[in-house]
Amino acid sequence: MSLLKEVGSLIQKDIILEWRSKYALNGILLYVVSTVFVCYQAFKSVDPTTWNVLFWIIMLFASVNAINKSFVQESQHRQLYYYTIAGPKAIILSKIGYNVLIMLLLSAIAFTAYAVIFGTPVGDLTLYLLAVVLGAVSFAAVFTMVSGIAAKAGNNSTLMAVLSFPIIIPLLIILIRLSKNAMLGLDWSVSYPELLVLAAINVITVTISLSLFPYLWRD
Amino acid sequence: MTMKHYWWKILALLLLLYGIIAGLLGPVPALPIVHETIRNVYFHVPMWFTMFTLYLISVIYSIKYLSSNNPHHDLVAVESVNVGVIFCTFGLLTGMAWANFTWGAPWPNDPKLNGSAIATLMYLAYLVLRNALEEEQKRAKISAIYNVFAFPIMIVLMYILPKTTDSLHPGAGGNSGFGQFDLDGSMKAVLYPTAIGWILTGIWLMTLRFRIRKLEYQNHTVSE
Repeated sequence: MSLLKEVGSLIQKDIILEWRSKYALNGILLYVVSTVFVCYQAFKSVDPTTWNVLFWIIMLFASVNAINKSFVQESQHRQLYYYTIAGPKAIILSKIGYNVLIMLLLSAIAFTAYAVIFGTPVGDLTLYLLAVVLGAVSFAAVFTMVSGIAAKAGNNSTLMAVLSFPIIIPLLIILIRLSKNAMLGLDWSVSYPELLVLAAINVITVTISLSLFPYLWRD
Repeated sequence: MTMKHYWWKILALLLLLYGIIAGLLGPVPALPIVHETIRNVYFHVPMWFTMFTLYLISVIYSIKYLSSNNPHHDLVAVESVNVGVIFCTFGLLTGMAWANFTWGAPWPNDPKLNGSAIATLMYLAYLVLRNALEEEQKRAKISAIYNVFAFPIMIVLMYILPKTTDSLHPGAGGNSGFGQFDLDGSMKAVLYPTAIGWILTGIWLMTLRFRIRKLEYQNHTVSE
């Protein structure tokens, strides 16, 4: 089986499993919507800078919660089965791919709920949505590997937060800067450095995840 | 033990001695605002050079551990981080003292300050991760993986992000570096030897701690 085919069927398996129970999915969606609503109750109205930062903080916590689960649901026996049918590269790529899908869905819901409740003081909506999509992909890329590490270390969510927050901060800073440019409706050329750094971080994280996961997956 | 083995430790001490004497007494350019505090460059900057060297050694030994499974490599990696964190703390402290005089506050909102604080959190997380793992081999392997993963992020935080925004630090965000005031190279003649002295001292500390850990490890495995 080629790598791509392996990745494809593993993602398909994850989606089918999730679709059967819908537990994680519903949990995450409810988490996002209720967080947005709690923030609305607390803030009522916010100025544009806070609007932007608050959105990314909600995204941060929602994504940590969503991706934290990605290696937990796999039981020891099922892991053993995967080892016999797929390579480590296929497994980590499929997890990243699946988490990208989950994150895209999550951020779509989060942005919609957020925009409906808080309004959208955004100058350049296309660029802002691009920032949201890039943010979803980058969160998935970084958090997948960290959740793999945390899963091996007894899998408590404190450890996941301790390990992942410092790592995600550079991404978060760039995303906030990029989305601020979008809010101000600046020309796209102003944001090229941010887009470049985002792309670079993603490429580096996925490459490192690919080269390190083979050491991580088997005890 | 022969001279061959410890010449670099004597060199480290001589360089530090030279750095302290020449750093406090040598000529420095007269500049507004910084005045004589410019001498802090001889103490503040070498801390970061040393920290970076130690983190680099740590990531190299983590990679070596992953391919060799030799527990000594893991001990070098963790002790490099331990000593690196100490140098990072001293870097932050010397920087805060300096910032208090020149920028008016010990912790101004500067990307380089925040970046190095966050990078420190990352390396403290590495140490927390080690505490969370009981089994030795597993601890060595998983923390090595996290260490390799964290290293490029540290570089982004401390050396790439501050360059892209406004920073109070010289040589970033359109500020000029100190190099252009150092016309006759007299500052470089002090800074670089001192930095090498501190780097050697850092490595020396690391090897001392490593040797203690190695003895503990051997006692531990023998007694079992």
